[in-house]
Parts: sequence; C-alpha cells; structure tokens
Amino acid sequence: MDVVDLSRLQFAITALYHFLFVPLTLGLSIILAIMESVFVMTGRTIWRDMVKFWGVLFGINFAMGVATGITMEFQFGTNWAYYAHYVGDVFGAPLAIEGLMAFFLEATFVGLFFFGWKRLSRLQHLMTTWLLAIATNFSALWILIANGWMQNPVGARFNLDTMRMEVTDFGAVIFNPVAQAKFVHTVSAGYVTGAIFVLAISAFYLLNNRHRDIALRSMTVAASFGLASALSVVVLGDESGYTAGENQKMKIAAIEAAWETQPAPASFTAFGLPDQKNHVTRYAVEIPWVLGLIATRSFDGKVLGINELAAQAELRVRSGMLAYDAMQRLRENRDDSALHAQFQDHVKDLGYALLLKRYTPLVTDATPAQIHAAAEDTVPPVAPLFWTFRVMAGLGFYFIALFAWAFYLSTRRKFETARLFQRVALWSLPLPWLAAELGWYVAETGRQPWTIDGVLPTFLSASSTSAANVWVSLAVFTVFYSVLAVVDVMLMLRAVRAGPDGLASMPLSRPSGAQPAAAGGTDAA
Amino acid sequence: MPLDYETLRIVWWAVLGILLIGVAVMDGFDLGAAILLPIVGRTNTERRIVINTVGPVWEGNQVWLILGGGAIFAAWPPLYAVAFSGFYLAMLLLLAALILRPVGFKFRSKLENKTWRAVWDGALFVGGLVPALVFGVAFGNALQGVPFHFDDTLRAYYSGDLWGLFNPFALLCGLVSVAMIAMHGAAWLACKTEGAMQSRSRRAGVAAAAALIVLFALGGFAASSLSFYAVQPPIDFAGPSNPLLKSVTRGPGLLMANYGLMPWTIAAPALGFIGAALAGFLAWRGRRAGLAFLASGLSIAGVIATAGLSMFPFLLPSSEDARSSLTVWDASSSPLTLLIMTVATAIFLPIVLGYTAWVYHMLRGPVTAESIGNEKHSY
Repeated sequence: MDVVDLSRLQFAITALYHFLFVPLTLGLSIILAIMESVFVMTGRTIWRDMVKFWGVLFGINFAMGVATGITMEFQFGTNWAYYAHYVGDVFGAPLAIEGLMAFFLEATFVGLFFFGWKRLSRLQHLMTTWLLAIATNFSALWILIANGWMQNPVGARFNLDTMRMEVTDFGAVIFNPVAQAKFVHTVSAGYVTGAIFVLAISAFYLLNNRHRDIALRSMTVAASFGLASALSVVVLGDESGYTAGENQKMKIAAIEAAWETQPAPASFTAFGLPDQKNHVTRYAVEIPWVLGLIATRSFDGKVLGINELAAQAELRVRSGMLAYDAMQRLRENRDDSALHAQFQDHVKDLGYALLLKRYTPLVTDATPAQIHAAAEDTVPPVAPLFWTFRVMAGLGFYFIALFAWAFYLSTRRKFETARLFQRVALWSLPLPWLAAELGWYVAETGRQPWTIDGVLPTFLSASSTSAANVWVSLAVFTVFYSVLAVVDVMLMLRAVRAGPDGLASMPLSRPSGAQPAAAGGTDAA
Repeated sequence: MPLDYETLRIVWWAVLGILLIGVAVMDGFDLGAAILLPIVGRTNTERRIVINTVGPVWEGNQVWLILGGGAIFAAWPPLYAVAFSGFYLAMLLLLAALILRPVGFKFRSKLENKTWRAVWDGALFVGGLVPALVFGVAFGNALQGVPFHFDDTLRAYYSGDLWGLFNPFALLCGLVSVAMIAMHGAAWLACKTEGAMQSRSRRAGVAAAAALIVLFALGGFAASSLSFYAVQPPIDFAGPSNPLLKSVTRGPGLLMANYGLMPWTIAAPALGFIGAALAGFLAWRGRRAGLAFLASGLSIAGVIATAGLSMFPFLLPSSEDARSSLTVWDASSSPLTLLIMTVATAIFLPIVLGYTAWVYHMLRGPVTAESIGNEKHSY
C-alpha cells in the first residue's frame, strides 16, 4: 500500500475509534443535565445520585474522547499536508473556533463537574453540567461545519497566487445546508446512543434485581428523550438525503445504486446486488416513487443516475483541463488577460482536471480514454454504500420501535415487570454505535474520490512522507488503541457492576419514588 | 477591511506566540507535575496527591494545545502542513505521550494493584517528559532551519529524518524546555501541596530554575554562532502567501540581528532569566508560592518570546531551499480568514480566561490526603 492508502486506513481507524466516544458524550451529557435539573427542581437526592453514577461512566468515556481527539486534529497536518495547505484557509477556521468557543468550555467545566459537588451551590453545579452539555453540542456543530464544507464546498474560491482555496463568504460556510443537516442528524444520533446506553444498563440492573430505584427513573428519562431523538434522527436523516440530492447527487445515486436516470418520481431499490463493473443492480426489488419523493420532495423532480452524472463529470474534466492549461501557461506569462479569462471561465472544474493526475502528470495531454477513466473515478464504491446505508437506516427505524415500546411501558409504569423488554433493551446496547459508525462510513466513503467534493481528489491530498513512517504510526495507533479499548471496557464494566452504591449516601426510597424532599438534607451545598 | 493584511499578519504572529506560551504555561504545569511525580511523590498516597492537583484541570489545559494546533491550521496553513508532516515521527511520539497521560490520570487509581499503578506512574512520567522535550527540540530545529522545499504546486517535501531532529543544539533546546516545564510544575506543586511534599517541590523548583538559567544562557551562546536567514528586500508585507516569491540569504549571527534593530526585544530573554531567578529564589526561601508560580510563568513567556523574536519574520526557515522558508509575510491565511479569526479570538479568548479563572478559584486550596479521601471522584 502507498502513503495515500495507508493514510486513509489510519484516518479511518482513528476516526471510527474516536467516534465510539463522541456520540455517547453528546447524548449522556444532555441526560446528565436533565437528571440534575430534576434534582435541583425537586430536591430529591436520588436524582443527584443518578447524576453521579452516570457521571462516572461519562467521565471514563470523556477521557477517551479527549485523548483520541487530538490525533484527529494532528493528522490533517501529519498525513494530509497537501490538504492542509490547499484548504487550511477555509477548513482550519471552524476547527480553531471549535476549540475557542466549545472545547475550552467543555474541558474546563468537566473537571468542575466531578470535583465541584462540595464546592459549588446546587445551582452553580447545575449550571456547570448544562454548560458541559451545551459545549459538547457546540463542539459537534463546528466540527460538522468543517466536515460539511468537505461535502459541499461553498463560500470559497481558488487563488492562483497562493495555489489554494480561500474563503470568500464565511457566512456561507457556517450556514452550509449540508453542515446544518449533518449537525442535527449527528447530535440526534448521539442522543439516541446516550439514551440506549442508559436504557440498556438500567435494564441490566432490573434483570438482576439491583438498584431498581435508579434504574426505573433512568429508564423513564431515557425512554422519552430517546423517542424524541430517534424520531429526529430518521426525519432529519431524510433531511440530509434531501440536501445530498441538491449538492451531492453522485453520493445519493451510489447509495441507491441508481445507475440510470429514471422518469420522475424515481423508485427506491429496497434490495439488490449492485455490480459496479457493469453498472447494473442484480435481483433488484424496487418500490415505486419513494426515492423521488425523498430526494426531491416532489413528484416531478428527477433523481439523476450514476451514468448520467459520470457523463457530466467527463464534461467537467474537459473543462477543468482548460483551467489547468491556463494555470500552467500563466506561470510563464502572468499578465496575459486572455489566459486569465480562460482560467476564470473554467476554474470551477479545476478539481476534475486534477483527477487526471493519476493517469498523466501533465494533465493537459490526457487521451480520451484517460478522460473517460477519470470521469468513471467520480463514482464511489456503490455496493458497500448501498448496503451500509440500508443497515443504518434499518437500525434507525428499529430505534424508533424500541423507544416507542419503552415510552409505552413508561407511561404504564411497567418497566419492572417487562422482562422481554429488559432483555431486548440490554441486547440493543451495541446497535447505536454500529449505526453511528456505518453513518460515518456512508458519509465519508460516499464523498470519494474527493477529500473536498469536486475540488481536491483524495489521492493528491496526502503528505509527501514515506510509507514506512505511516506504517509505523499505523502500528503504534493500532496497538495503543487496542490496549486502551480493553482498559476502557474493563473500567466501564467495573463501574457498571459496582453500580451506584457507595457513590453517595442513598436513603432507601419507596417504590413510588415519593421521597420527602427533606432527604436532600445530606446534600453538601 | 478595518485591519490591513500586514497588521493582521503581525497580530497572528503575536497570537501564535501567546497560544504557544499558553500551552507551555497551562499545559506545562501539569506536564511538569507528571515529570516530578517520582520525585515529589514517594508513597502511593503522595503520588495520588500530585495527580489530583491537576486532576480537575488537565482536560482544560490540554485544550490550549488543541487550540494552538487549530490556530496554526487556520492562520498559518503552510506552517501546519510543513511542520506536522515533516516532523512526522516526532509528532507521533508527542501524540503517544499525550494520549498516555490523560488515560494515566484517569485509570491509574481505579485498581488497587501495585504493578498496575507502577506502570501508570511510569507512563505519566514519560507522558510529561516527552512532550516537554519534543516541544523544545522542535524549536531547536526551527532555529537552525529544517530541510524542506516546495514544488510549484506548493506541495512540501521534507528530506530530514527523526534522528536528524535530535542534533546537539536541538537537544540543548529540549533540555531548556524540560527544565522550564519542571520548574513550572514544581511551582504549581508548591502551591497545591503541604508539608514534606511542599518542601520537596520547592527543592525541585530551585534545582530546575538554576538548570534553566544555565541552559538558557548556554542556548543563547550557541545560537549566536549559528547561521541564520534574512529575507532579501524588497519585501511585500501584504503580498500573497506564496513562499516561493521571495529570495533569502543565509549567514552567521543573523539570529541576533533583531536585538540590534529593535533593542526593546532584549526584554524577552531578560524576562526569561529574571523570572526563573525570582521563581528559584522564592522557592529557596519558601515564601509566596503564588508569586513564584507567576514568576515561573513569566519566565516561560520570556523564553518562548526569545525564540520567536530571534527568528522574526521567519516561522520555519528551510535549510535545504532557503527560498521555501516560511515567514510572517508569506505563510499566512487570506486576509478574510485572519480577520474572522481575529474577531473570534477577541470575543472568546477573554471569555475563556474569565471562566478558567472562576474554575480555578472554585478549586482553590491545597490537595491533601484527607481531601482526596473525602472525594469520590479523585483520581
């Protein structure tokens, strides 16, 4: 494997790993804030005990997220140096603002969350917890603004003098519709993860007849929070399908294995075996109209097929070659206005010409066969996208059903006796992580062959470091992260087994939960 | 545009310096505490005390580093690209140490097993020492120039290797950094501990401050004989960020040139020495631990500013192709990005400093065996 493949593998491994911790932080921080609000409003100390117990698990997870997050930031420089040069002017700012506005807040208050129970008043501590929760969500916002720009690079243009993309409209970068849809979809997925985590561990306690007071109350919070979030993931997941229809037609065509443009409204392929080589889907089971409705929100909007999009890409490669040609000749003669005009006319397709660098370093001497091959390269791997998307979407609907069931049980106060539900909830524990990782895979594999859609191909983005270096780092990360994963899971399991006992003075409470508020007297405010 | 491009570049050069000083001062004291873990903490309880002095704050401190990285990415993209990819294995070393450290804080005391704790103590020591050393070594290499060049698409090629980074002068800079960080960690521990641990911290502080003064002087002496770089006039202060548009000469003594051109810059090395001397003196007399911590922080600011001012306007000179060198005038982001970042920093940095101060205020007071015994969330 070369530097590009190795760097991609390393980025994928470290990002997927980091993304094991992020969704739980997003969801659990809000759940903690909700629980603590109940404590402050009612004065019932059991709610504070719940915050402390789930807080221990939150803390283990948070430390892993911080430790693995630095790797993500650094890799843009270490492994993707040409990317850093080419788009740092646009992409760097949201990352830096994330640090300034969100991560600082989050990381500064997380210590106070744990160590502040005896030092802060109840309201001060509640404020700390809410700031922590809000900051984690702001963090996600800025990261997804950066990521959204990779998917839909708005508000920037190529500068010939500096050979890079530069910001022209920062507002467009922030309010990028792809970024906004991704933000809502991703944080909702995080909330679902947090809710299922709480639901599953509470179910574990109920199955073992332990800590029932805390487990029942936690389940009630998780059920309603989870139902709202699960609905939001799917409804707003559809929203990101919609914007992909506007901005990333190729991605949605690949996800749907839509080779040909169909007459509107397009049908949805529920099952099939996409064959990338021959551009057909075998054994396809199609549901009429559905895709057209989802992707265009209309009966007459067309969903473009892969073949038509690849043909358009071929035109853009040819147009980009003119920009590239002008760019090369402007080096010799900087003041040639005809060349400047030619460059400006075609610069929007410059990225497509860069796809030719794989076949001919000179670009402008590409043969028709090479141009055709470069256009074909704009088709991402169809079968993996088709299937991962379907599994992810299936899980999304499963979560709605699970939380609907949980919500029903919670309104009937039947959690304690519903043994089947408890088992199902427990065994559902890994599923939100699976869905989140698949979602990441769909979003980023669907972006290929680009790091910045239509602007910079992935194979040009890597550093000019040696493959040996990347092998070393890949080995170090793999060993390191495997050990950390074992330790992390071990500590989590210990904390779950130990349970909430001994974390705080916990007066025995009655089944109805009707404790006298005076029990809050043990609170060291 | 309310600020012109030249001014924005100077502002971001200064902000880069402030952020690097922020990393060294804020993250520095918990790195230093980790380095001193085996010296100040003799027993298990004492080591837990050392760890718990930084337990509630290391996450926030680490953000200075993350923000420093983000700010270089946003404001100096070519520097980010060249330095991070060029120093590939050194960065890996740094990352490994930085991952080990938080995890060590968090996991060390979760099991009551002697071997488990000894392994994590070792990991914490290494996790403190390696970043301090690597930061210094990186500066040492920047002061000598680094072997890289750009092609005409501004793709950077780096021709050095890991061992080349650890040359004698760079190692000297690495030691300056370790002494500085250890001094700062000692000053922190003297503020946050009592009794025997506090006396040990003070002794460590005196030793580290003395070492810093000697090593920093040696470093200055060695730097005066290094050959360095100068940009050939005319310089376009508001020109496009393309390093290949200038020409650069190389010669001896140029690292000292700025002190002749701008005599006020002598204040930076002076601050480095005076701050260290004051921190060492106060530690020796066992008085005013808070003031000693402040003096140590000012010394750090002086040392880092010395390196930055000596190189100005260079950020990272190239020893292989002097023209490819990165300077303040040709390695920044566009004016619009710098302006946006300036506004964001002007709004949020004071807020960050405000709530950080509040959090430290709420967590004030020494950490003792009793206080960590009472606290369920102690590390």
